Amino acid sequence: MRGTVAIAGVGLAGCGEAPGWSEIEIAAAAAKDALADAGMTARDVDGLVIASTNIFMSGLALAEHMGIRPKFTESTMVGGSSFVGHLIPAALALNAGLCDVILVAYGSNQRTGVGRAEAGKYKMALDPQVFEHPYKPFNPPTSYALAAARHMHQYGTKREQLAEVAVAARKWAQLNPEAFAREPLTIEDVLKSRMVCDPLTVRDCCLVTDGGGAYVLTRADRAKAAPKKPAYLLGAGSAHWHRQISSMPDLTVTAATESGKRAFDMARVRPKDVDVVELYDAFTINTLLFLEDLGFCKKGEGGAFVSGGRIAPGGELPVNTNGGGLSCVHPGMYGIFLLVEAVRQLRGEAGARQVKGAQVALAHGNGGVLSSQITALLGTEETL
Amino acid sequence: MSPPSGPEKQYLDKLAAGRFEIQRCGACGKHVFYPRVLCPHCGSDRLDWVAPSGRGTVYSSTIVRRKPADGGDYNIVLVDLEEGVRLLSRVAGIAPEQVRIGMEVRARIADNLVEFTPA
Repeated sequence: MRGTVAIAGVGLAGCGEAPGWSEIEIAAAAAKDALADAGMTARDVDGLVIASTNIFMSGLALAEHMGIRPKFTESTMVGGSSFVGHLIPAALALNAGLCDVILVAYGSNQRTGVGRAEAGKYKMALDPQVFEHPYKPFNPPTSYALAAARHMHQYGTKREQLAEVAVAARKWAQLNPEAFAREPLTIEDVLKSRMVCDPLTVRDCCLVTDGGGAYVLTRADRAKAAPKKPAYLLGAGSAHWHRQISSMPDLTVTAATESGKRAFDMARVRPKDVDVVELYDAFTINTLLFLEDLGFCKKGEGGAFVSGGRIAPGGELPVNTNGGGLSCVHPGMYGIFLLVEAVRQLRGEAGARQVKGAQVALAHGNGGVLSSQITALLGTEETL
Repeated sequence: MSPPSGPEKQYLDKLAAGRFEIQRCGACGKHVFYPRVLCPHCGSDRLDWVAPSGRGTVYSSTIVRRKPADGGDYNIVLVDLEEGVRLLSRVAGIAPEQVRIGMEVRARIADNLVEFTPA
């Protein structure tokens, strides 16, 4: 699979607040942006991928909305990691010759959409998790807080170290004009913010925004003919071991240990070869866990690793260069935004936040409550 | 499918009758929670009901912060039972701030739910 397919276009729409826009409309607007970026229109698309927390049969809905008659449709839903995961079946379909141009899109009006609280109640009724819901966990924060508390207990991780993650994300966001939260943020601000679920304050938790993203995946030959530099898929791996936090075997070790190994092996690169890292930071603990589980530091050393601005602008390892889910955008499922930023970095299009000479980018998606873990490595033509 | 209901309903019916029981696999001998159709360790469907000792240890703990007007703060814990299974639950009878990881706790049934008290 290595190097056979590439992202030829990326797009965003409605990031931040998009009042009056439906989810499918935001997805379609992001799709138009991504197709234009690839020098294409909806007429070129013969494979369609989307996942949604709300839209029933979302693949049918987006195809109908855009007038696409896809030969290949895929809507695997494993939470926020889905759009990173979609790279795998999409690459298989392209390599099998089932289709030639695959559009992957997502849209959400989580922040401004009406009836969200009502919908949440219906979802609980349709999918009762009878071994957790009766205790009223405030999810997802409760589940991630349990992981953070255990990491602190087992490894001596400090709240200040979790706060470093939020502060680094904010500093990147300040370099990104498209980021939603750009006002200054200090470690003290994070610690003094409203506690949501101990030890996580509201600033340890991701934003709640609207927004959509899209990318266009084609075989390498076609991507080369597109106007922008292709971002080649070097490797991808997926793993999950649980759905509910009570079924996670060890709250300090995620399935990213497996997904990362698979992706690195396929890509034939190692963590030290990665120039820019995009991690699914729904909560500050995520960044620590994924840096450890993907091999950027040893287990338990994530807190020390991020200290002193090491993952902030000017630090040794650029992590979440768009500002992440903590400060850029998080409409409920963040996965597609990891890939959009990774591609922009590899093309050298990231403006003030550009990582100079970025050749290899890692995008790591998380879904559920540290449940689904999907790692992708992308590279420029020089890395093939 | 011979039993009159699935394992989830059987478990809840037992709780409603005042009995906390978990599954034990007749093939591999491991305990299983939550109740399932197949053993997640070995795939066998020979799952029997057994009464756990009720002794457990807090594996992790958090406090859900809630406005006093809405009922105030409450704790959520993960408890590892002596039998080697983990449950999401709460520790009753003490302030949420007093719940500690590593604390020994004991199971009881309250409002058709399994909750824990300090041992």
